[in-house]
Order: sequence, then structure tokens, then C-alpha cells
Amino acid sequence: MDFSIALILGQDGITNGAIYALLALALVLVFAVTRVIFIQQGEFVAYGALTLAMMQSGATPATVWLLVAMGVLVTALDGAKALKAGQGRRAAGVAGWNLAYPLALAGLLGALPANELPLALQVVLTLAIVVPMGPMMYRLMYQPIASAPVLILLIVSVALHIAMVGLGLLFFGAEGQRTPSFSDASFELGPLMVSGQTLWVLVVSVLLIVGLYQFFERTLYGKALRATAINRVGAQLMGISPALAGKLTFFLAAFIGALSGVLIAPITTIYYDTGFLIGLKGFVAAIIGGLASYPLAAAGALVVGLLEAFASFWASAYKEVIVFTLIIPVLLWRSLRSHHVEEEE
Amino acid sequence: MTQQTQASPLNASAPSNAGAKNPVLEVKDLSVSYGKVEALTNASITVGEGQIVTVIGPNGAGKTTMLSAIMGVLGSKGRVAFDGTLEVVPEVERMVARGMNLVPEKRELFGEMSVEDNLVLGAFQRYRMGKRDHAQTLEEVYALFPRLKERRDQHAGTMSGGERQMLAVGRALMAKPKLLMLDEPSLGLAPLIVREIFRIISELRRRGVSILLVEQNARAALQVADYAYVLETGQIAMQGPAHELADDPRVIEAYLGFGGKHQAMLST
Repeated sequence: MDFSIALILGQDGITNGAIYALLALALVLVFAVTRVIFIQQGEFVAYGALTLAMMQSGATPATVWLLVAMGVLVTALDGAKALKAGQGRRAAGVAGWNLAYPLALAGLLGALPANELPLALQVVLTLAIVVPMGPMMYRLMYQPIASAPVLILLIVSVALHIAMVGLGLLFFGAEGQRTPSFSDASFELGPLMVSGQTLWVLVVSVLLIVGLYQFFERTLYGKALRATAINRVGAQLMGISPALAGKLTFFLAAFIGALSGVLIAPITTIYYDTGFLIGLKGFVAAIIGGLASYPLAAAGALVVGLLEAFASFWASAYKEVIVFTLIIPVLLWRSLRSHHVEEEE
Repeated sequence: MTQQTQASPLNASAPSNAGAKNPVLEVKDLSVSYGKVEALTNASITVGEGQIVTVIGPNGAGKTTMLSAIMGVLGSKGRVAFDGTLEVVPEVERMVARGMNLVPEKRELFGEMSVEDNLVLGAFQRYRMGKRDHAQTLEEVYALFPRLKERRDQHAGTMSGGERQMLAVGRALMAKPKLLMLDEPSLGLAPLIVREIFRIISELRRRGVSILLVEQNARAALQVADYAYVLETGQIAMQGPAHELADDPRVIEAYLGFGGKHQAMLST
């Protein structure tokens, strides 16, 4: 291997690492606030990428019907509850966000020639379809069992992951998709050719991480999520309901997932089941951070990305094995370093 | 609206705390069970506007259970009317939004966050309802607890017991509560700090906050309170104006020790 190959591999590794970092941050966040291990993070990546691809092919993205279906269920549950309690305004709000919004979006997509819109608008529409599924999923699947043991929550996550992969096959078919680049520009950096899409991935990732940091440090809603992660009872006594914190967290996680999908769709061919492997690598990074430390998770993500890139050069048949083997020494080290604490239930 | 608050929504036959005008909190026949064990049985209490009402009693009498049930943290049977509205099932967020606040026995601070962040989070529910006045409330709380201002950037988890209690009370005050419920605010604190905490409780009443105070330190609680209930094995065993209970031989024997009243007077 000469220096220029190492540079190219390094660039690949850092690009993928940036995406894994975003996913790892979302995983840590979701676990800290809700104790849910967010296996289906990868499916949000695939849904984001494939929804955009489907839109560009001129068809109405089938994911919007999933959004409508979930919205109907949420409206039936929460709207009925609000009406029963005589809270008419609340019921209207529930119906507005969960029924009127998805239907309006579906109508808009049916009426618009979405494939002729500029890319930026297509991306916004994609996020508008996929991201609200996050909070709806929390409402439907996790909120009723929010205080269940971590294992039960994990089982639900696995079930949702399998369901989402199946629905992905139904919606998008078995064909892989790739979307056009955000920009065709490329830059020469010494011996290295940096593509415009690589820059997009890096810049958006860094901006998103900075944005998240600001959100958690500066805004009251961000602090409320941190508070919930630190002390659930204390947060509840401040009026920060676990349901609100859960929905907000899933919103952020779904946003990060879908945006990651949109970002990498021009770099990698995405299939309906590609998300799982991508999400799993984010998971390895999150484990390196002990599912608790954001900086360690981000650093772990870069390690995962770089290891994957170099492994694909040296032993491409084993690259996934090599990446996932990384988790073993990390777990060993962690189990030696920390004492086991029984889960409080 | 005012009329609504004045009329008792519970239609209580004879309000026990008769001195309480405009009851902020009326609890009637509240019962809580943990499985087959009944921790609280048909407890009825009333807190009037601007009153300090205390619930004293031995360890395990159900005091904390009662506060948790009123706040909606625990499920319960019975009726809770707060600020003129009957709550069929008290729900924590809703109670906070309506102006009820609980400072729990364990404080439940956000240990890895700064003192100021802890305080600001106390105003979360108000902020959510569009009342963005927390900067001003923060200054008021700092005026009441200058120590917290000195330590505003320190992590809550690194503070002493007394400071943590002040922070817990300050955080609750950030919500501008109509009713503040304090669970054992003096527990585990040095006598000097205990005195400081009770000074602040009196100061809060002067500012118009109604207070429901649960204490094992019966002497200090009866001194500061207007009305008192004695809770024993989940039932209200005695009640009356605080100064009368402090003179009651049974209370003196069980909770104040012999000659407790005189000692209490000496210590002030």
C-alpha cells in the first residue's frame, strides 16, 4: 500500500465514520433518555435514502402511507383519550399533527411532480415523511410500556426492526437504489481527490453535531432531555413527562437516521435491508462509548469507519467480521473496568 | 374563577381544617395500596391558601406515600381537589402545570448538571406553557438563596446536603407554585441548616405560598405550621391547630419527648 491509497482509504473511513458517529450519538441519546436500544435506527437510514430515490423516480413514496397509517392509530388512541377527558383543543391538536398533516403530505406528493423539484426540496419532503414516524413509533410501541425492563424494550426494538425491513421490501422492492450526488464538484487536496458528496457528508455531520451540542447545552428542551436521562423521577416532578421526552428523542433519532440516509444515498447503493448493517456499525461505536458517552461514541465511530475502510483493502471478504470483532476487546475491557450493577426495577 | 376557588368542589360535609379559608388543596378519603398492603387509608387533609400545614408521624406511617399520591406519582383511590378543580386521576405533569410542586425526600436533583441548569429546569412547565419569565424568577430564587448564586456553575452532585436541599427547594420555587409540598426537608441536615430551612419555609409563607410540610422533626414543624395532622400507620390519628397539638400530651409524649414544648421554646 502506498501513501495515496492510504489517503483514499482514510477519506472513505472518515466519511463513513462521520455517518456512524451521527447514528452512534442518536443511539446513545435514545438509550439514555428512554432506555430503548434503538435497533431500528438503520431502517430510518434506509427509509430516508429509498424514499428520496422513489420520489426521484417519479412515484409517490410508499412510506407516506405508512406515516398515514401510524398517524391514524395515534389519533385514535390519543384523540379519543383527550375527548374522553373533555379536552377538545388537545384532541384537535392530536388530530392536526397525526391525521391532517400526513394526509396533507400525501395529497401534496400526489399533486406535485416531485421528481422535477430541486434536490433540496426533495430532501425536505423526504425528511417530512420519514422523521415524524419516530415520535409516532415511540407513542405507539414504547410509551405504553415505558417503564418495562430494558430487555422487553429491546425485544420490541428487534420486532420493529424486522417489521420495518419487511415493509421496506414491500415499499421499495428488492432492487438497490442510488441517488444523484448533491454536487458534482470535486477538489484536489494534494494527491487526494475529494468528491463534493464527501464534503457534504462531513460538513453536514459536523454541523449536526454542533447543532445537537448547542441544543443540549443551551435550550430548555435540550436540558430537559438531559435531565430525563440523569434522573427520570426528578424530571417528571418538573413536569417533563417521560412521554414528551421519549417522543422528542425519537424525533431527533429519526431525523438523524433519515438525514444520514439521504447523505449516503449518492455514495453507496442502498437496499431495503442495508440499514441494519449501517446501524449496527453505529451501535459498535455507541458500545465503545458505553452507550453513555457522546465524545467516546463519536471517536469510536471514526475508529469503526477507518477500520472498515482499511479492512476492505486488506481483507475485503472479512471486513464486516473485522469491524464487529472490535466489539469483543471493548466489551472485555469494559467488563473489567466497571463493576456490574443490577438494573433497578 | 374566584368563586370556583372559594366553593369546595368536594362538597365536604365538615372540612377538618376549619381555619382554612379558600382551600388550595382538599384531599378526601385518599387510600393507597402496595399490592395487598394498604399504606394509606382514607386520609383527608385540607391546606388553606397561605397556610403552612404539616403532617407529622413516625417512619413508615405513609407520609411520603400520601404526598406521592396527591402529586400523581402513585396511583390512589379517593378525591384530590386542587385550586378549585377536582382531579379524578392526579397526573404529575398536569399537577405541575396547575401549580403544585413536590420537593421529594430524596431531592431528585440532576447531579451531573450545574446548579443553574437545575434551577432553570424547575421552570420547564411554565416555559412550555409560554411563560418565559424564568430569568426573573431565577434572580428571585438567588435572592432567597445567595449560596446557590455563588455555586451556580457547580455540579449539583458535588454539593453538601444542606445546599442540595436548598437547590431542591429553589428548583421547585422556579415553577412559582401555588402549593409547595416538602417531604422531610430537614432530614439528614445539621441543626444550623435545619434552622435555615425552616426560616425559609416561614419566608415562603410570607410571600403567599401555601405549604404542605411532611416532617419527622415534629418540634420544628409544629412551630412553623398553622395546622397539623398526625399520621400513624396510614391513618390520620389526630389533627388540630399546630399550637394546640404541640400542647397535646399524647403528641408531646410520642413526638416531642417530655417537656418538648419548653425545649422548643428555648431553642428559638
